[in-house]
Amino acid sequence: MKLPGTGAIDCDVHIAMPPVKALLPFMSDYWQDQIVTRFIDRSSFAMTSYPPRSPLTGRADWREKSGASLPGSTPEHLRSQLLDPFGVDIAICHALHGGMALFNEDMGAEFCSAVNRWVAAEWLDREPRLRASILVHAQNPQLAVEEIERCAGDKRFVAVLLPVMGDSPLGRRIYWPIYEAAQKHGLSIAAHAGSTYRNPPTGVGWTSYQIEDYVSQSAAFQNLIVSFMAEGLFRKFPDITLVCLESGFTWMPTLLWRCAKTWRGVRAEVPWIDRNPAQIVRERVKLSLRPFDAPEDPAIIARIFEQIDCPEMLVFSTDYPHWQFDGEDALPDGLPSSLVGKILIDNPLAAFPRLREEKFDAPSLEKEAAP
Amino acid sequence: MPQRHVVAAAGEIAAGGRKLVNVAGREIGIFNVAGDYYALANRCPHEGGSLCEGFVTGIARSDGPNDYRMERKGEFLRCPWHGWEFDIRTGQSWCDPQSVRIRQFAVKVEHGEDLVKGPYVAETFEVKLDGDYLVIEV
Repeated sequence: MKLPGTGAIDCDVHIAMPPVKALLPFMSDYWQDQIVTRFIDRSSFAMTSYPPRSPLTGRADWREKSGASLPGSTPEHLRSQLLDPFGVDIAICHALHGGMALFNEDMGAEFCSAVNRWVAAEWLDREPRLRASILVHAQNPQLAVEEIERCAGDKRFVAVLLPVMGDSPLGRRIYWPIYEAAQKHGLSIAAHAGSTYRNPPTGVGWTSYQIEDYVSQSAAFQNLIVSFMAEGLFRKFPDITLVCLESGFTWMPTLLWRCAKTWRGVRAEVPWIDRNPAQIVRERVKLSLRPFDAPEDPAIIARIFEQIDCPEMLVFSTDYPHWQFDGEDALPDGLPSSLVGKILIDNPLAAFPRLREEKFDAPSLEKEAAP
Repeated sequence: MPQRHVVAAAGEIAAGGRKLVNVAGREIGIFNVAGDYYALANRCPHEGGSLCEGFVTGIARSDGPNDYRMERKGEFLRCPWHGWEFDIRTGQSWCDPQSVRIRQFAVKVEHGEDLVKGPYVAETFEVKLDGDYLVIEV
């Protein structure tokens, strides 16, 4: 179904990653030299999860017929395909760039920093409705923290972006400096579908096909949430919100049940979990609307929401330009009408505290558009 | 009509110890927690496991990751089937104290001289006038 009005906050939007040559101006002299003379600029740095020609990667009517550029390549695309037709007030973009997965930590961090600078200059400066997450090279938390500190003064960055499958479960203590820095600056943790591909996307090994990679993301999000909880991260960092993007959400009831049940038997191993873990997940985790994996029967959908038992959990996302819906039906049919307002506006504001700080004094579109 | 059952001689269960008895067809665990006696049904409210045969231990507490404290040593019972923890003193589960609890029976220490005056059942041993005994009502 269509959005009921304007003002939605789209929590998961993708801008096409640029060719490396577009990032060079945002790199140091040293890295410009290295990347050109070593022919590294010939690589696309596209993540394996999103093959450019896959139907999932770009909705057909959002692709240029000539195929000259990827969907979501320019702010004009974003305005004409998403922001204007859907009346989106704020869109948070996440730059899924291969730099975050490089083995060379210094080069990886330089790429992440260049992407963030490019996002600010080429996108945030040109579209006032846009916000972004900070891309970091998580495998070196110290470099990741330096990048968070560098970006944190720019309030248009509202989260720290991590692929849901990193080198290790992301709740582990080695990553805690990242969460400490994020908490200090009021940044949420945005975990997006994807992987650094250090490990296979399934627990039993490498897969053959995209359908396996894509479907297994749901399990990865479950692993991430349990890792955050079991490692005590929610207790250690009481202000951190974990926002799961391109997560889907209809798998959540079974995760809540299983966490609650298992905790009762093995609680003594994780004594910092001092209450039903399902309740902790309800308080600290947000999931994004897309992909929406449920039958169309509104009764079944209503049942899933009853089982999740948390009207605050779901945040609106189109996952633009990924193909998650057709036409103008940005909301799945059967979504309980009582939740629509929360999903579109209230829950996103709760998920990203920085949006609350600036929601009312941000330059409005009208003012910005006036010459 | 509940009956008084003599289930043990008072000195028989040392502090930290326990005795499993069968009273009127029910299995009941008698626990001595630092000199106080408790009687609990040997049936876990979760799935019916033989709860009273589990570890007697404390309760692990924490103020956050990497902080471990063992508190109230000897006051908790961990079910051997699924590990659910129960407070021996109250019968309440730690995970869900309001809804999940073990059936408890009151335990009294009575003198043999008083016992022989009233009705009681002592199935396994002789009650002597000068001894102290644990008595539960079932």
